[in-house]
Amino acid sequence: MRITIKVRRFNPEAPKPQPYWQDYTLEVTKTSTVLDALIRIREEVDESLALRCSCRSAICGSCAMRINGHASLACKTKVSAVVDAHNTLTVEPMGNLPVIKDLVVDMTPHWHKVRAVEPWLQPVGPEPQGEYLAPNEAMLHLAGVMNCIMCGACVSDCTVLEVDSNFLGPAALAKAYRFVADPRDGMTKERLAKYNAYGGIWDCTRCYECVQVCPKGVAPMDRIMAMRERAIGMGLKDTYGARHTLAFEELVEHSGRLDELRLPLKTFGYTNIPKLVGLLPIALRALPKQKAPSPFHKPIPEVKSFQTTFRKARQAAETERQAPTSQAHHG
Amino acid sequence: MQEYHVLVIGAGLAGMRAALEAHKQGARVALMSKVHPVRSHSNAAQGGINAALTDRGDRWEDHAYDTVKGSDWLGDQDAIEVMCKEAGQELISLEHMGVIFNRDEQGRLGTRAFGGQRRARTFFVADITGQAILHVMYEQILKSGIALFEEWFCTDLVVENGRCVGCVAMEIRTGRVAFIPARTVILATGGLGRVFEPSTNALICTGDGMALAYRAGVPLMDMEMVQYHPTTLKGSGVLITEGARGEGAYLLNKDGERFMARYAPTMMELASRDVVSRAEMTEIAEGRGVDGCVLLDCRHLGEKKIRERLSQIYEIGLDFAGVDITKEPIPIRPGMHYQMGGIKTDIWGRCWDPQGKWQGVEGLFAAGECACVSVHGGNRLGANSLLDTVVFGRRAGATAAQWAQDKPLPTLNDAHWVQKTETRIRTLLARENNGDTVARIRWEMGTTMDQFLGVFREQEGMEQALRTLRQLRQRYNKVSVRDKGRTFNTALIFALELDYMLECAEAIVRSGLERKESRGAHYRRDFPKRDDANWLKHILLYWRGENDPPTITYLPVTITQWPPEKRVY
Repeated sequence: MRITIKVRRFNPEAPKPQPYWQDYTLEVTKTSTVLDALIRIREEVDESLALRCSCRSAICGSCAMRINGHASLACKTKVSAVVDAHNTLTVEPMGNLPVIKDLVVDMTPHWHKVRAVEPWLQPVGPEPQGEYLAPNEAMLHLAGVMNCIMCGACVSDCTVLEVDSNFLGPAALAKAYRFVADPRDGMTKERLAKYNAYGGIWDCTRCYECVQVCPKGVAPMDRIMAMRERAIGMGLKDTYGARHTLAFEELVEHSGRLDELRLPLKTFGYTNIPKLVGLLPIALRALPKQKAPSPFHKPIPEVKSFQTTFRKARQAAETERQAPTSQAHHG
Repeated sequence: MQEYHVLVIGAGLAGMRAALEAHKQGARVALMSKVHPVRSHSNAAQGGINAALTDRGDRWEDHAYDTVKGSDWLGDQDAIEVMCKEAGQELISLEHMGVIFNRDEQGRLGTRAFGGQRRARTFFVADITGQAILHVMYEQILKSGIALFEEWFCTDLVVENGRCVGCVAMEIRTGRVAFIPARTVILATGGLGRVFEPSTNALICTGDGMALAYRAGVPLMDMEMVQYHPTTLKGSGVLITEGARGEGAYLLNKDGERFMARYAPTMMELASRDVVSRAEMTEIAEGRGVDGCVLLDCRHLGEKKIRERLSQIYEIGLDFAGVDITKEPIPIRPGMHYQMGGIKTDIWGRCWDPQGKWQGVEGLFAAGECACVSVHGGNRLGANSLLDTVVFGRRAGATAAQWAQDKPLPTLNDAHWVQKTETRIRTLLARENNGDTVARIRWEMGTTMDQFLGVFREQEGMEQALRTLRQLRQRYNKVSVRDKGRTFNTALIFALELDYMLECAEAIVRSGLERKESRGAHYRRDFPKRDDANWLKHILLYWRGENDPPTITYLPVTITQWPPEKRVY
């Protein structure tokens, strides 16, 4: 199969460093991966093409890059699965991280965030003589998170990081979850209190990109949501994020609909004048477009049965919270 | 640059374990690696880590005996005793660090069976054991605050008056060359898999530390002992864990026969790796293979067990072979996997012998695959490699920290050493393109090694390999690097690595030619029998310059309580 790979290149040592596209056309087989093709280019066509790669089997996490606009591991992506009708594909460096050269990005900002979640086990009390006893289900559940190879694909395509570089990001927060959910760790509440801060678990917008691009099924967003639940469950409710969630729940349960006027009032607090004043311009823009929420609602007749359903759902969620394994792949 | 007490080169499991222990002992430690630590090849260890826990009714002596037998009696038994005795304690400390091992019903650490052992004593995290330990070890490194040189490539060890006093290294991101002074240096650079083509090893496994130590004056030992793993994918050489057979998978030939019954009637698929690899190659050679492979059949294990305990292999089957292992057998063949030999060290990781039975370099230490203690002898047991890295990594770290305490560095001429490396790099970059490439030389080296130094060997083939390697060395000395920049110049790194690989390749061939018997992984068609009368000994090679053959000496194998026996599985 004859294919063309369009590679986004960048040479910082050029007189005027500018990213540019370069096309390489080459022959590959049906089973070739994008990494196989890039290595062929590097070895036979252009030695100056820079990329990181090592294990070739999706375990070292070196070769994450954007293929056709989405981050993935080049070694795990078959060329035949990503070429278009003209047998062409594009390859770019990961997003949200500074480019050093060609497909090589600087992952330092990411590693700083990993360090910021204090990613080491912090047991409380004296160390046991032998191993810590722990249920196998809990360990298997954690193995799902330990599957993370820190390739950075989720960091690359995170839509929050795109606008707010302060966000800890999906990989660092998945790492954080690995300790929150570890029965041996004794600092769960302290950790959650820390991750509750600006840039933490409440800054995720649940866009699902990280879940989609993760090559190892780690589902970072689900881990973030699990931490939100746990934080609220442990009484860590004093954040706008937590209050927003609780207010949302309360309003819907109460009237069967989302009262968008009371939602910010409850989230920020009725007496939080500066925040509420900050919302005024939004309300004023919404008014002429008839998007401003009305303070009056018609009662919904079936609200009673809805409330029963709501209660049942809450009980089910509570049971689930107590069995950590079942959280593996839920939002 | 400030003076470190302990500089560890290589940040896989052995390197990080060494760094943590030295740090714990109060030493000022730096950790250097040509990749980010979590990219290290320890990741690839899938199956598990061996330990005989007394509270499970196991005995370290049994583990040691299995290891001695696995080594075909070439392993030093004092070292094997150390490793097997300390295994339990090391396993527990890994668990305390945070490794999430699989558990049994009581919540204690659970085990699985592995090859060459009469008991299930392999502790594991699904089939991501190496990765799970590596990432936890890195967590501990972050906690410790140890100085990190990530993506730095070591170009030279600096030896003055018989003592290693640091290294010269290049920061890959900028191309900047620096001298890093250190009272001790621990080499933990891993294996040399890429000397062979194909190999299960990552592209970074280029034998750097072995070549550096060899040229610095430390002997390489048992270099002929190269392990071919029985289950690798054809072509790419991607590894399928022994854990698959540990969980009960069968090996079948084209007639659907479990052929291991004819080679190892008792242990069957779980005989030692050298035995299984030879059996597979024999089946293929005698026409009972399938397209140059035999078949690994997991189907009867059931989907649940496969998904839970062999999840990565399930994925690898789908991604790299297009096979759903729950539904059909997967074609596999033996592939180069591990170097049992390496930098000669004692049981404290020292690359010198205070008793003077062999020559080395003071202040230099080694641990992990790049080192040869030796605990693996002629053939390593599955899941003993992770154990080797943590036990001897820790011992090297502790010993280096203690030794460094009262050994300040003499005044050194940093500029001289930096200049030496700079000149080498400039020469490579300035050389004119003569049409040859680093990639082509590496490919020819790798396929030559696979052809003549694989599962079966003989005099003529190895001599042919040596002639080819000498020619490749000549070509290497004229090859150019086409990327002339200094920022993240991977072409330059590959050229520097090829230099190391050619050095290692030649050492393997020289040792292979020297050992005129068959033992462990070294099987010679022209000398098919093990010969204890003449060859129950280690082969040591001393480097004497690029154009001269190495000096060859011998060391007796240390036997403590297990005299050589016939090796039957």
